[in-house]
Amino acid sequence: MNTRRKLLAGMGVGVAALGVAALQRGSDAPQAIVRSSAGTKNFPNVTLYTHEGQPVKFYDDLIRGKLVTFNMMYAQCERTCPVSTANLRLVQKMLGERVGRDVFMYSISLQPEMDTPQRLREYVARHHIEPGWLFLTGARADIDLVRYRLGFYDPDPLVDFNDANHTGMLRVGNDALDRWTMAPTLTAPEQILSTINHVDMAMAHTAHREPSVV
Amino acid sequence: MKSSFLVTPAENQPGASIDGDAAEQPSRRNFLKGSAALMVAPLLPASAKSRTSDEDAVAVAAVPASPPTVPWQEFLPDVIGVLDANPLDPSPTGTANIAGGEAGRPSHQRWNEFAARAEPYELHAAQRENWVFSPSYPAQPVWTYQAKEPDLSILSPVVFAHYGHPVLCRIYNDLPANHVGFGSPEISTHLHNLHCGSESDGFPGDYYSATKAGPTLTSPGGFRDHLYSNIYAGYDELQNGIGDYREALGTLFYHDHTTDFTAPNIVRGLVGFYCLFDELDSGDERDPNPSALRLPSHPYDYPLSFSDRRFDADGMLYYDQVNPDGVLGDKVVVNGKIEPVLRVARRKYRLRLLNAGPSRFYQFYLVRPNNVIQPFTYIANDGNLLERPLLNQTFVRLGVAERGDIVVDFSRYPRGTELYLVNRLTHVADDTRRPDRVVAPGVRVLKIVVDREPPEQDLSQVPSFLRPLRPLPSTAELAALPVRRWVFERRQNMWAINGQFLDINVPRAQIPLGGMEIWELASVDNGWDHPIHIHFEEGRILSKTTDGRNVVIPAHERGRKDVFVVNGRTTIRVLLRFRDYKGKYVMHCHNLIHEDHSMMLRWDIV
Repeated sequence: MNTRRKLLAGMGVGVAALGVAALQRGSDAPQAIVRSSAGTKNFPNVTLYTHEGQPVKFYDDLIRGKLVTFNMMYAQCERTCPVSTANLRLVQKMLGERVGRDVFMYSISLQPEMDTPQRLREYVARHHIEPGWLFLTGARADIDLVRYRLGFYDPDPLVDFNDANHTGMLRVGNDALDRWTMAPTLTAPEQILSTINHVDMAMAHTAHREPSVV
Repeated sequence: MKSSFLVTPAENQPGASIDGDAAEQPSRRNFLKGSAALMVAPLLPASAKSRTSDEDAVAVAAVPASPPTVPWQEFLPDVIGVLDANPLDPSPTGTANIAGGEAGRPSHQRWNEFAARAEPYELHAAQRENWVFSPSYPAQPVWTYQAKEPDLSILSPVVFAHYGHPVLCRIYNDLPANHVGFGSPEISTHLHNLHCGSESDGFPGDYYSATKAGPTLTSPGGFRDHLYSNIYAGYDELQNGIGDYREALGTLFYHDHTTDFTAPNIVRGLVGFYCLFDELDSGDERDPNPSALRLPSHPYDYPLSFSDRRFDADGMLYYDQVNPDGVLGDKVVVNGKIEPVLRVARRKYRLRLLNAGPSRFYQFYLVRPNNVIQPFTYIANDGNLLERPLLNQTFVRLGVAERGDIVVDFSRYPRGTELYLVNRLTHVADDTRRPDRVVAPGVRVLKIVVDREPPEQDLSQVPSFLRPLRPLPSTAELAALPVRRWVFERRQNMWAINGQFLDINVPRAQIPLGGMEIWELASVDNGWDHPIHIHFEEGRILSKTTDGRNVVIPAHERGRKDVFVVNGRTTIRVLLRFRDYKGKYVMHCHNLIHEDHSMMLRWDIV
């Protein structure tokens, strides 16, 4: 049995409810490509699954009209993900009530075969991640579509294929304005926050301010 | 094109083979064997394409080439457009005039010394709605810096300034706040290489608009005042009221430096020239002052910016905001025009060449229509006059943000002669990493037609000695200086300096005011060239080593520089001084996608 099948089979109970078939099927069809709300870009509208087991459409449910952040991670990553996740957790704290209301944080697994919703749920609990920040898995093919669409690839295939060197970018975008940029997940949380605030039309001040000062 | 990627129909291949170690060290490589057909086609540079059968399976779709253009349809103006001074209302203030609409910047340093006699200038960053890059493409919006009463036939005007005459430049941000698409409508305008206070330096965190304040500003504002004191470095050291004339800067350029968005904002067009003159390089070829060099002067002193741009199938400016390597332009825009014609008189011209980016490198030659190379005199690198002109030069190589001033004597050609400026330096298609090879005959980017006699005798000259360099410190003195080593390398799909990414709030070096240091700029040959720019004071290259061996520094790099191209396994040792002003500054890669993807650090003078 090849490893991929083994991994898929091993996804077990957590995925059973979603249907292994759904994960294996992959990208639904050409109709999975949608026009962005600004009318300027195409997005793959594939189905991903949250750490809570909910199916979500990549563009319609996660991005359309929203201010979003995306990064790539996997639960087993011991190199950069722990620090990245800790930094983003601090960003989430600074964002406070804006998370899930004005700013939508997403982390996508690079190893969807291993990172079942159940496993991502455990990851969320282990890192004390608050609601409003979704961890996402899905069919390999769909994850790859999304990963490329977000610019999370290396031009060198040899580097690209190596999970250990995966991207450290946090993709930051304001879909309504079709304005996209990025921040390194390994820089200071204040730096990351100011990039998020940069594309948030509601924020006059991009620097972090304690709530009492706002 | 509207979309930068293609999608092939879904196809599942569960039978893909997996290496035995995959479970230990999971690798997408193996999965991709089975799912390559599902991939969104990456914008792979040709060099990275399909090295093995595995990768052959990866669908590759490059960004389509810009549509063809019919060359030599438009003329650059015979006389470059210059910004005139105009009074400012409200009057400038030392501390930010927040009530009057100014962004919350720190107070101007040395305000009392320079403000009273500063000449007022005003620029507006604005969207120009109907700019024509080429008659082959539709008129389209661009962003530009323009005068209060703009000359719509040109983009950003040139500022002519003089040492000893401070400039107070108010820059309004009139960009559309609700802009949709690449670029972000905030600005922080850096005057590249000027020696000035950090509050006027266009610090990347100081971006502003009427509704937005960068992280290092205290409040938004519709404009910001910049006090360009136009003193030479060494003002405090010499106590002569102007500084050390050996540190004079000549060809500078202003451009947006907004954190996170410098590349797209510059692609939109936020770049212009600023030329500084003094008693030697006086901007007057008929100057009776015996110390004046009398180089060819306005309108025969002509700045030319070269910007690589990509256009979509409809001929509209294109930029992919999420491409991790940015976008390599395949059209070279010269002062806002693709393949324009410059008509010149039969006399000497000073041409100031600037690589305005974002990513392409150039090696320019002047050729006849039969591609025979024409010689010229090279007088300044990075805008700074060399000690002696370099005669009979045949090319100017420019990394991003580098400048080269040359003097071409068109009196050698009969009227009607046509010449071309060609770029012979290639990049692998779509590869922003580094230039590839020098290939003749090259791409013609500018046509020059010698079309008239000069209205009066050409009294300009290129003296055999231009401007002295301050002697370097002795070997013993150099050995006693502090040394900082900065390694520029790829990291995590971005680029890092000493392994770290940008944090605009925290200085990575704190240098005492008046200090002198050696900075070692090093690259590790992992595939990218980096034109490194250090703000505030230009430096001197002390040595260059590649693969451990000493490399001869080319003659044109033996003057004062502010951009240092590191490539391969190279270390460049640069002597830098930090005089006259305190505050926050940056060092960064000027390949703008590298800059935006975090190869930048803050350093402070304290």
